[in-house]
Amino acid sequence: MTAPDGYTAQHADEDEALHQEEALQGRPYELAVVQHGGLFRDLISDKLGIASFIFLVTLIAAAALAPWIAPESPTQGNLSNAFASPVWHGGTWRNPVGTDWQGYDLLSRLLYGARTSLIIGVLVVVLAGTFGVLIGLLAGYKGGRADRWLMGWVDVQISFPGLLLAMLLIALVGGSVLSVTIILAINGWMVYARMTRGVVLSVRERPFVEAAEMMGCRPRRVVFHHILPNLSTPLVTLAVLEFARIILAEAALSFLGLGIQYPTVSWGLDIARAGDHELFGNQWLIIYPGLLLSLTVLSVNLLSSWLRVAADPQEREKRFASRASGTVSGAAGGGGAGL
Amino acid sequence: MAEPLATEPKSVHTTAPHVEVRGLSIRFPVGRSGFWGGTTRYVHAVDEVSFSIGRGETLGLVGESGSGKTTIGRAVLRRIEPSAGTISFRGDDITTTKGKQLRELRRHMQLVFQDPYASLNPRKTVLELVAEPLIVHGLALNPKDAREQVADLLHRCGLPADTVDRYPHAFSGGQRQRIGIARALALRPEFIVADEPVSALDVSVRAQVVNLLQDLQQELALTYLFIAHDLSVVRHISHRIAILYAGRMVEIAPTHAVYDNPMHPYTEALLSSVPIPDPPLQRERRRIVLTGEIPNPVDPPPGCRFQTRCPLVHDRCHGETPKLEEKQPDHLVACFAR
Amino acid sequence: MNSVNAAPSLANPAEKEAPLLEVDHLEVQFFTRRGTVQAVRQVSFSIERGETLGVVGESGSGKSVMAQTLLGLTELPGRITGGDVRWKGESLVHDASATLARVRGNEIAMIFQDPMTSLNPVFTIGTQISEVLRRHLGHTRKQALVRAAELLDLVGIANAAARVKQYPHELSGGMRQRVLIAMALACEPELLVADEPTTALDVTIQAQILDLIGDLQRELSLTVLLITHDLGVVAGLCNRVAVMYSGKLVELASADDLYANPAHPYSAGLLRSTPRLDVVMPRLVSIEGTPPDMISPPPGCPFAARCDLAVTECLEEMPGLHTYPDGRKVACWRAFEVGRG
Repeated sequence: MTAPDGYTAQHADEDEALHQEEALQGRPYELAVVQHGGLFRDLISDKLGIASFIFLVTLIAAAALAPWIAPESPTQGNLSNAFASPVWHGGTWRNPVGTDWQGYDLLSRLLYGARTSLIIGVLVVVLAGTFGVLIGLLAGYKGGRADRWLMGWVDVQISFPGLLLAMLLIALVGGSVLSVTIILAINGWMVYARMTRGVVLSVRERPFVEAAEMMGCRPRRVVFHHILPNLSTPLVTLAVLEFARIILAEAALSFLGLGIQYPTVSWGLDIARAGDHELFGNQWLIIYPGLLLSLTVLSVNLLSSWLRVAADPQEREKRFASRASGTVSGAAGGGGAGL
Repeated sequence: MAEPLATEPKSVHTTAPHVEVRGLSIRFPVGRSGFWGGTTRYVHAVDEVSFSIGRGETLGLVGESGSGKTTIGRAVLRRIEPSAGTISFRGDDITTTKGKQLRELRRHMQLVFQDPYASLNPRKTVLELVAEPLIVHGLALNPKDAREQVADLLHRCGLPADTVDRYPHAFSGGQRQRIGIARALALRPEFIVADEPVSALDVSVRAQVVNLLQDLQQELALTYLFIAHDLSVVRHISHRIAILYAGRMVEIAPTHAVYDNPMHPYTEALLSSVPIPDPPLQRERRRIVLTGEIPNPVDPPPGCRFQTRCPLVHDRCHGETPKLEEKQPDHLVACFAR
Repeated sequence: MNSVNAAPSLANPAEKEAPLLEVDHLEVQFFTRRGTVQAVRQVSFSIERGETLGVVGESGSGKSVMAQTLLGLTELPGRITGGDVRWKGESLVHDASATLARVRGNEIAMIFQDPMTSLNPVFTIGTQISEVLRRHLGHTRKQALVRAAELLDLVGIANAAARVKQYPHELSGGMRQRVLIAMALACEPELLVADEPTTALDVTIQAQILDLIGDLQRELSLTVLLITHDLGVVAGLCNRVAVMYSGKLVELASADDLYANPAHPYSAGLLRSTPRLDVVMPRLVSIEGTPPDMISPPPGCPFAARCDLAVTECLEEMPGLHTYPDGRKVACWRAFEVGRG
């Protein structure tokens, strides 16, 4: 039952951990992990996790509702109102976070920028993830020549500089949400393929997969019904991390002028443009888009680290036990260490 | 080199072999050697193994780790490609059967796994697990029919009716093995390879599973290849027993002959290694404790594979490979010393 | 729920000298999200110097969890919630970090089921054994290597001088277990705890390792605690046998007595279901049913639901571990009644 693959050895995945635990108790396990209520209760007890969660939910809601809640259009303004200060620097409520060098409302630009970032992030994760997972499943399950060719493709593409590719493509098709999405997806699917292949290689050797094959399941059914569900935990964790990376990558591309182009709004583009136009005295033009970008990426990372712990039943059990055994010994008053 | 079995060991139930393996050799590549990496090195997992199993018979296949017992089991089910030799099922050569025909063939041959924990997908209910073979082969008319068939299979394997909607985690090892057997039976196979079906179970429940397999054999006229790593449990289910050592068959005989009159020195050692739960007897027992190491399967020495540990080894064993010969009626042994 | 029926007869006044190891009303619980698992419940026994005690039980009996407490290896989610383990009178449970550091490896050594995971794959076995010698006994590098070769020789590894330079993956399973035994013996421990030492090994190798443990026990006058699920393994090796079921000690007797005349129905059932090579049975015998859920164990005897002899009393009240005139300890309301009817 030992997994030959280094990857799964680390990510002792769900049921393997359950299995170990059973060996420990010698008793069947009533699938507590499947009850998602417990998962949410865990999140609440993790302060950083819940803060990140609330921040992201607010951001997503604000981005979705941007056309209705933004004070002004992000691309219309009055030059006479340029460089208005935020409210807390003596500005007016008309432009709560101030305006930029063209008199555009900064809050509106931040909201629409969030829209761009999140849309690109989600689209890229879905596109790159789907493609990468399919390639990984194919390579891992088929093995042999298919595996060598597909992984060779992955290696070649990983060794090709992504920025160069981006410059080339943007020069050809021009920068837009669509082109940036496609470029980032082309650059980002390999990591899914590699990880998927690694997990498939070890899951494929597990007896229940052989059992499915013995029953006469066709390859497609074996892969999607029996192997893929075992990938959910590592894939979700990877996708969340990739989402954060994509948001940063989009901002970086846009900052360099290789991504989103005016008049579409992007945090990266705003930071670059603010730098071009009168930095001194108007730092908020850089600080607020930058802050929002950093907070978003930080929140996603914190949430993913919570997710990683929460999805590992052994780790959850350990956390639970350290709490429970503490309370019990305290309540018993047996002179134990207590908490 | 394959020594045809001169006389077919008579089975209790029938004459024509249900499953027959002739001169089966399996080797796996393990990297390359030579200056340009031109010579591929092989692990000789199975070497020239022949046996047959009659309809309704149980052949116990006994060997320690590295003996090739699991590999043989998988090769008979056509899950591992043999390097040489033939496999026949119901009189037809199935060594090269492919695609749709192979899938059809597999309906009649099933596998019971060693590990009742790892062989049941933890994310599926018992209903889904046992109904899956019915669904993929189109043997269930509708969900209701599938449910009824599953309930019948579970009942037959001694599981209560409320089992169907629960997950495997809710069951003990013995109960899970019953679920695994129910699943294997769903396609109404004729031949079952049982790969150490009780070695992962607690001693007190092993007999439940062995007895269940025996009862099912009676009811459904099943043919078993029962793989085991020692001689303790196989005695009670096998009609005949074959002993493997380092990829070769060293002895094959009716069960009582293996226990009452073991002829290969390895069989003797294997028998005397199983401890007897009786302290005075166990203390007094003359035991053959083997020394020496099992030969490297990549570069096995010429001659008998057991030569490195054999208490009866002599010159001939180093150069010449002993052939499986009928030393007594139905009792075949591969040893120069006997 | 356990306190009502605490073992009544543990403190035997006849025993004057403190035993080598004493397990006293030990309780270990596992705190899981599903509930608190009562892994070890009020287990008491002692080991005398020079004896070999076998602890037999199936999965979930608590035998391995109990063994881990002897070396302070209990880890979350497990926790010792009651009782004590005393080594020559010193507690290994309460304020025991200093005692444990001194005792562990030096006076009590342990070998485990899986010899591969207990060895570090990147160091030669010589390095790994001499590491123990240098840390615990302050040997120099040279001394340690010489001693390592001697130890390998002691555990029956031929050509020990060459073997010290090999890596764990170059050795067979049986060899690795020998290496681990050599490591365990490096500091000349007084007690060797062997937790399923042969379960991962082939039968012919198992026979070798059991012989080795027996020989070492005699030659070095070692005290051995052998934990196993297999009554056969215990038979040739142990003086006394403790049978555990569902976290409870159900019977403790001399090996000869236990096998010849098991007093607890579970011991008897386990013995009946262990297949014997020397007896032909038309059909194997098993104990029907499965062990109880350890999160909410039944109020009565944990074996009652599977026991042929169970009466109402068995279902309602937990039998204490009672010492009988012949020195046997049995926790059963109907002890010695097996096989009478």
